[in-house]
Amino acid sequence: MNIIVCAKQVVDVAEIKVDSSTMKPILAGVPKKISDMDKNALEEAIKIKEKHGGKITVLTVGAPDAKEQIKELLAMGADEGVLVPPPQHADYHVVSHLLAGAIKKIGSYDIVLCGEASIDMFSGQTGPRIAGILNIPQITYARLITVEKDKLVSERDLGDKSVTIESPFPVLLTVTKEINQPRLPSLMQILAASSKPIHEWPATGVTGEALEPKIQTMDIKGIPSQRKNIIYQDDLDQSVHKLVDELAKVGVLR
Amino acid sequence: MVLVYSDDKRLTLELLHKGSELAKELQKKLIAVAIGHDAHANEFVSHGADMVVVVETPQLFKAEEYENILEAIIKEHHVDVVLIGSNKNGKELAARLAAKLHTGCVIDCTKVYLQEKKLTTERIVYSGNAIAVEQFTARPQIVTVPSKVFDPLPKNEHHKGEIVKKSIEVAHSPSKILKVEEMKSEGVNVEDAEIIVSCGRGLKKKEDIRLVSELADVLKGRTVGCSRPIAADLKWLSEDHWIGLSGHKVKPKLYIACGISGQIQHIAGMRDSGVVVAINKDPEALIFKSADYGIVGDLYEVLPRLTTAIKEKMG
Repeated sequence: MNIIVCAKQVVDVAEIKVDSSTMKPILAGVPKKISDMDKNALEEAIKIKEKHGGKITVLTVGAPDAKEQIKELLAMGADEGVLVPPPQHADYHVVSHLLAGAIKKIGSYDIVLCGEASIDMFSGQTGPRIAGILNIPQITYARLITVEKDKLVSERDLGDKSVTIESPFPVLLTVTKEINQPRLPSLMQILAASSKPIHEWPATGVTGEALEPKIQTMDIKGIPSQRKNIIYQDDLDQSVHKLVDELAKVGVLR
Repeated sequence: MVLVYSDDKRLTLELLHKGSELAKELQKKLIAVAIGHDAHANEFVSHGADMVVVVETPQLFKAEEYENILEAIIKEHHVDVVLIGSNKNGKELAARLAAKLHTGCVIDCTKVYLQEKKLTTERIVYSGNAIAVEQFTARPQIVTVPSKVFDPLPKNEHHKGEIVKKSIEVAHSPSKILKVEEMKSEGVNVEDAEIIVSCGRGLKKKEDIRLVSELADVLKGRTVGCSRPIAADLKWLSEDHWIGLSGHKVKPKLYIACGISGQIQHIAGMRDSGVVVAINKDPEALIFKSADYGIVGDLYEVLPRLTTAIKEKMG
């Protein structure tokens, strides 16, 4: 079973501070990590490998410093890493072509796993785009995957419905955060990971053509906060009564 | 041409509102696509569609097959703006469609407008910390819009539109849908609720949800929401209560957050609420920054008092 896991290096959104005058996020210096659901995807790949054998390749389109995070994925249980640095201007179109190009270059694969979305941009475009480029079936928002010898069965979580789908290989799945609990590598695994290979492939080596983005970011705006922020923290009974009076005054107690 | 599609009827009506505005400004026609059956075609016309393309098929939704259908219609009618309803099917469909058409796609837009005749989108990024403003450099321009961003236009029985039945060959996907099940739900619709009382990790045990629902009852909101841990991890409430980035997005006139720390993912689901009240024993809790009113205190002490006080006030 050959499994490819696509993993994105993201800024840790929980650590983002907002500039109080412009209300814009301050992204410089925010620590980076692998997007949460991509780790769920790797965990699922490791479970499949434990049962059926095979090889797990983690694939990242990202800056050279993403190697540090790829090492962590190798420690968790991936066998090899591939890093493709993107051109200066990259959108989902560019990135998914680089990922799909690298997947073709890796060659033999049965399952491609991605997170349902990345925690920074939360679009969930990359998985379906790769599946479209490779022209293979896609199963998104998977919360359960059962792999058999020549096919797999998966449950999609649509919130109000669950859809059970069976697919032969190759197939691409995107997984939710609920599918599993990603493991923490042991010290031994971390040490052993240093001998696992990380290949760096230039973007021009994975796609024949130069890729131009289809979307232009015009601005990253701050979100103005218009909340009143009136906080009561004196005597509890008084606080409750002040609050109820306020709520009545603004007209929401009807 | 401007095209709208969703597998959800209500979302289609909402998209028709935005779609007809854009079509008017661009001096183009508005097409609605109905895949499966033609049950709502007339309604789509009276809500603004100039043409409804009905593709009858017994096939259940598979992004790779439905993508074929939209691709064919887009090419035939030279569509340059595509609005797709942003539920989970819609998002995976839009992204695959964009890949097939070698074009751009923006997911979960909260604003879609023309700026100097260019389609411009806004969406929330960095987990609710910023808004990305984006434009397209390719055609067609594909965007997805979540439910409740636009209201449907009032019905206009005089609006005329053509209903066209079409059969489109799709390349069959080798995958097979084995089962579609309704998820366990308590029949709650937080997205339509006017008043929501919501709970988070501050609750110590499942039975204590009673404190929250009692407050919801006196507020005549009767709607209980929750943050991710309560629905997804502890499963004390079904997922139809879950408010947040991956749960439901709500905009009630009153939102009361009890024992919710205010992780940005949760804020992303409730930031459009009218009046926000937060109850948390930690004065540093992030939720207070997103609240109009807050009480610093233990919800086990605050909630019974608040319920009683509101009951008295409302008589």
